[in-house]
Amino acid sequence: MNSDLRELYQEVILDHSKAPRNFRFPEGANREAQGDNPLCGDNLTVKLILEGDAIVDIGFQGSGCAISQAAASTMTEMVKGMKLEDINAIFENYHAVVMGEAEVDEDLLGKLAVFAGVSEFPMRVKCATLSWHTMQHAIANDGDVVTTE
Amino acid sequence: MSGFDIDAIRSDFPALRQEVRGKQLIYLDSAATALKPQVVIDAVRQVYEHNCGNIHRAVHLPSQRATQGYEGTRKQVQAFLGAAKPSEIIFTSGTTQSINMVAQCHGRANLGAGDKVLITGLEHHSNIVPWQMICEEMGAQLVVAEIDDDGDVPLERIEAQLKAGGVKIVAFAHVSNALGTVLPAKEICAMARSHGAISVVDGAQAVPHMAPNVVDLGCDFYVFSGHKLFAPTGTGVLYGRFDVLGAMPPYQGGGDMIRSVSFEKTTYAELPNRLEAGTPNIAGVIGMGAALTYLGGLDMAAMQAHEEDLFRYTDESLRSIAGLRRVGTAKHSMGALSFFLDCAHPHDIGTIVDTEGVALRTGHHCAQPVMKAFGIPATARASLAFYNCRADVDALLASVRTVQEMFS
Repeated sequence: MNSDLRELYQEVILDHSKAPRNFRFPEGANREAQGDNPLCGDNLTVKLILEGDAIVDIGFQGSGCAISQAAASTMTEMVKGMKLEDINAIFENYHAVVMGEAEVDEDLLGKLAVFAGVSEFPMRVKCATLSWHTMQHAIANDGDVVTTE
Repeated sequence: MSGFDIDAIRSDFPALRQEVRGKQLIYLDSAATALKPQVVIDAVRQVYEHNCGNIHRAVHLPSQRATQGYEGTRKQVQAFLGAAKPSEIIFTSGTTQSINMVAQCHGRANLGAGDKVLITGLEHHSNIVPWQMICEEMGAQLVVAEIDDDGDVPLERIEAQLKAGGVKIVAFAHVSNALGTVLPAKEICAMARSHGAISVVDGAQAVPHMAPNVVDLGCDFYVFSGHKLFAPTGTGVLYGRFDVLGAMPPYQGGGDMIRSVSFEKTTYAELPNRLEAGTPNIAGVIGMGAALTYLGGLDMAAMQAHEEDLFRYTDESLRSIAGLRRVGTAKHSMGALSFFLDCAHPHDIGTIVDTEGVALRTGHHCAQPVMKAFGIPATARASLAFYNCRADVDALLASVRTVQEMFS
């Protein structure tokens, strides 16, 4: 099998796509947003509880490809209990990595480093970032549906 | 197969002689855009190298050659569609523009409050949205003849909508881009006419597989894209029956569509120029002429037999895979075969088979209502052209098995 492909569909990604974590909406969520990728029909809703400057709980529901489901799943695992400024720092590196514009910062990304393989497949960058953009909109709580276009 | 030498045909398409990601390209996305034979590529190059002049204008030789090539294609399209006159053929940028022209020009002049436009549940977004836009503007209503579980549109559903009254325009796909369903265009056009409605046939997915005869079909408008017919992108055709087309107000104002212009009043040119404002895609249209010449040199009956055999082979092959489900199982289908896997999302299928050199379309195919009718977000779609062969299908199957291994 093609090595780029093996890099893209790593065990962690397959595992999270088959059994997504936090695939539920937290009780008492005070922020939410919906995200769509009109080109492929992927859609998801992120709901979270924001207390002060930290996300204390977060979950998502929706449908999409393995990459988008795994990205949403690993994101919710990663950011739960985290301060917004730390989340932003992670996303900055994550986004640059999947775009092929930066190296993985292991300290920041941890498990999310598995998404580095996405950079070889530019058509799939949106799959890896939809949940993150949706979460940012939920935090901003501007009520808009996020779209990748 | 007698009369159809597939190896010779394949050698006419240079794009087939390439590797992608280190693998021989297996092109199964002709419904999105078809590959171009060398003669089309050469014709476009010839225009820019030797015949680069604007049409209908100058007296110099390059302009004359360009004009002859462009107007020559119009006659070829007329013959291809069996139209009565060359002036019934309008060149556009593609199916989308053709439909928008009918909606904006014929629709605006003929729709009023309470009138209806009837489409089917099979339509591509380009045969939905232009009608929604004009309906909203004119206070008209868009009504739909829904698809059944096979992805077919039962004629009685169309008739029921017509019998309810008020339908002024019936617009439908000759062949569905998402499912490959072939609709009985002749019957639908006759039904529309008997209820006083005009018919608009979206032939984008039909013309790569057959030469429709617009007089025999009895349609008022027939539209298609050049790029799906082995011609350059940015070319398309709007056929309109002379009386209906002639009654249409111009789409755009500008050069080439006028008889005389003064600041007080402009009078318009006759068909077809009246509907072709501005400098068109000259090289593209001349390339379309080359594509039609190329197709004319093929044994059409043998080509269709080859395609039918290949469609059946693909269908049976896909159905033989456990965990794969075909979507769109209408009795009369051609060109496109949609499916999904129990184990993997279509997008993942697309990426994985691409690394094996297999080009598939995955997603909603600009037909979200079709996906909704089946309760799925997306499908993978293999689409065939006459240059495909059984080895292409075998490669698809092998790559689908790779997907299943990965996700099992």
